[in-house]
Amino acid sequence: MMLELRNIRYDVDDDAGHVDILKDVSFAIGEGRFVVITGPNGGGKSTIAKLIAGVTKPTGGSIFFDGQDITPLDITARARLGISYALQQPVRFKGIQVIDLLRIAAGRELTAAESCDYLSRVGLCARDYIFREVNASLSGGELKRIEIATILARGTKLSVFDEPEAGIDLWSFQSLIRVFEQMRASIEGGSILVISHQERILEIADEIIVVSGGGISMHGPKDEVLPKLIGTPSALTGCDRLQERS
Amino acid sequence: MDTIQKRILREVADLHTVPEGAYNIRANGESAGRRSTANIEITSKENASGIDIRIKPGTKHESVHIPVVLSESGLKETVYNDFYIGEDCDVVIVAGCGISNCGSQDSEHDGIHRFFIGRRAKVRYVEKHYGEGDGAGKRILNPGTEVYMQEDSAMEMEMVQIRGVDSTERMTTAELAAGARLIVKERLMTHGKQSAVSVYKVSLNGEGASADVVSRSVARDESYQKFDACVTGNAPCHGHTECDSIIMDRGRILAVPQLEANDTGAELIHEAAIGKIAGEQLVKLMTMGLTEAEAEEQIINGFLK
Repeated sequence: MMLELRNIRYDVDDDAGHVDILKDVSFAIGEGRFVVITGPNGGGKSTIAKLIAGVTKPTGGSIFFDGQDITPLDITARARLGISYALQQPVRFKGIQVIDLLRIAAGRELTAAESCDYLSRVGLCARDYIFREVNASLSGGELKRIEIATILARGTKLSVFDEPEAGIDLWSFQSLIRVFEQMRASIEGGSILVISHQERILEIADEIIVVSGGGISMHGPKDEVLPKLIGTPSALTGCDRLQERS
Repeated sequence: MDTIQKRILREVADLHTVPEGAYNIRANGESAGRRSTANIEITSKENASGIDIRIKPGTKHESVHIPVVLSESGLKETVYNDFYIGEDCDVVIVAGCGISNCGSQDSEHDGIHRFFIGRRAKVRYVEKHYGEGDGAGKRILNPGTEVYMQEDSAMEMEMVQIRGVDSTERMTTAELAAGARLIVKERLMTHGKQSAVSVYKVSLNGEGASADVVSRSVARDESYQKFDACVTGNAPCHGHTECDSIIMDRGRILAVPQLEANDTGAELIHEAAIGKIAGEQLVKLMTMGLTEAEAEEQIINGFLK
C-alpha cells in the first residue's frame, strides 16, 4: 500500500472542553488510485489531509507511506518523501511570482516553456500569469489553479487536495473538473486523494471514503458507494452548490 | 582601488568596471575617478566637500553613477552633492554607499543630496546601501535627500538597504509643483542590533501633483526601525503612503504615517501594516519540500524584491 492510516485518533481541548475530531480512522490507498474523501462538514475530512501532510500530528495511531512509518516526520520530510498537499485556502505571498512558486515546487530551475506547460494544464494563459505576483490581485479561482499547477510541478507519488472547489466560482469549477479528469487520465502509478463533497468529483473517483462523526462510515469502489450518497450532503450537485453558497 | 573597494562597488552600484556615461567614484574620502560627458558636467564644490552635477536640458537616456566606498575604519565624512537636472531630461542617477569596517572605530558617511528637477524632466534615482566587516566599529550612514520638482516633472526613487549598516537616519524631503509626480520605493532589512530611521516629508504644492511613498521592510534579531512619512496636500493633489513590515525574532518597528490636508481638493491616503510571517505561508512552502528556514528566506526575498 502506498498510504496507510492505522487507528488514527485526533482530539483537542478547547473552550468547549474535550473534543474528539477523529476517533479511530484506518484506511489504505494503493498505487495509481484516485480516491475521494467525502462526508458532512465538521466530520474531520480536512483534519485527515493535514495529518497526512504533517501539518497536524495525531494524538494516537500511525501513518505509513510506502511502508515507512512517517508519523514522527515533519512537513518538510514528508514533502521530500513524495507527498504534496494543496491547501483548502491557497496562500498569498507578496512579491513572490507564479514562476518562483513553480520553481520552488519543482525543486529546480524551470524553463519558461516548462512553467508555461504547467499553467496551460490548469487552464491559465501562461503569458498572462507567469510573472504575476501571488498576491491579493489574483482571484480565488486563479489562486486555486496556480496551487494545482504547483502540485503538478512537484509530480510526487501522492497528491492530497483539500476541497479544491472551495471559494471558486461556477465557471472556474467547470474547468477545475476538467483538470482533475486529465490528472485522473495521466495518473501513472501516482495516487490522488481529494477531499470534496462535489458529485462531479466523486464521479471520477476509483474509491470513495465517507467520513462522518470522526470515523469512517463507508469505504469502497465508487459504483458501490456513490449511489448511496446521491441526495445527501456528501454528494452535492451543481444546484446544491449554488444554494449552499447563497 | 583595491579588491575590497571593488567588491563593495559591485554591491552598491552593480558595477564591475568603469560605468558608461558620467560618473564620480569616491573612495575613502577622495576621488577615485570622474568623467563628465557632453551633456553631464561634474565639478567639485569649492567651499565644501562634494560635487555639483549639471545635466543639460533635453538630455535623454543618459546615466550618472556616483558611488561611494569606505574601507578605512574611523573615517567620518559629510558630503554635499547637488544635482541640477534641466528641462525635458530623461536620465538615470545611481548613487549608493558601501562601508567595509573591520576596525574598532566607527565609520560614517553622511551624504546630503539635493535635486533640482526642471519642468517635464524625468529622473530615476537608485540608491543602495551596504555594510560589511566584523570589527567592533559601527557602520553608519545618514543620508539626507532634498527634492525640488518643477511643473510636470517626474521622479522615481528606489532606496535599498539590505545588509550590514548598523545605524541609519534617513531624512527625505520633497516639494512638488503642479503636475509633478514622485514615486518612492524603499526596501529595508535590519538585523543584529541595527537601528534604522526613515523620515519622509512630502509637500504637494501645485494642482495635480502626486506622490506615492511605499516602504517594505523586515526587522530581524533585535533591530529597530522607525518609518515616519508625512504627506502634505496644499493644492488639489493625490498622495499615498504605505508601510508594510515583517517583524521577526525580537525586532521592533514603529510606523508613523501622517497626512496633512490644507486644501479641500487634496486626496490623501495612508496604509500601514506590521506583522510576522504568516504561519500558513511557511506551511505552504514546507509542503513543497523547503525547511522552515529556507521558507523564511524565500518569503523575505520575495517581499523585498
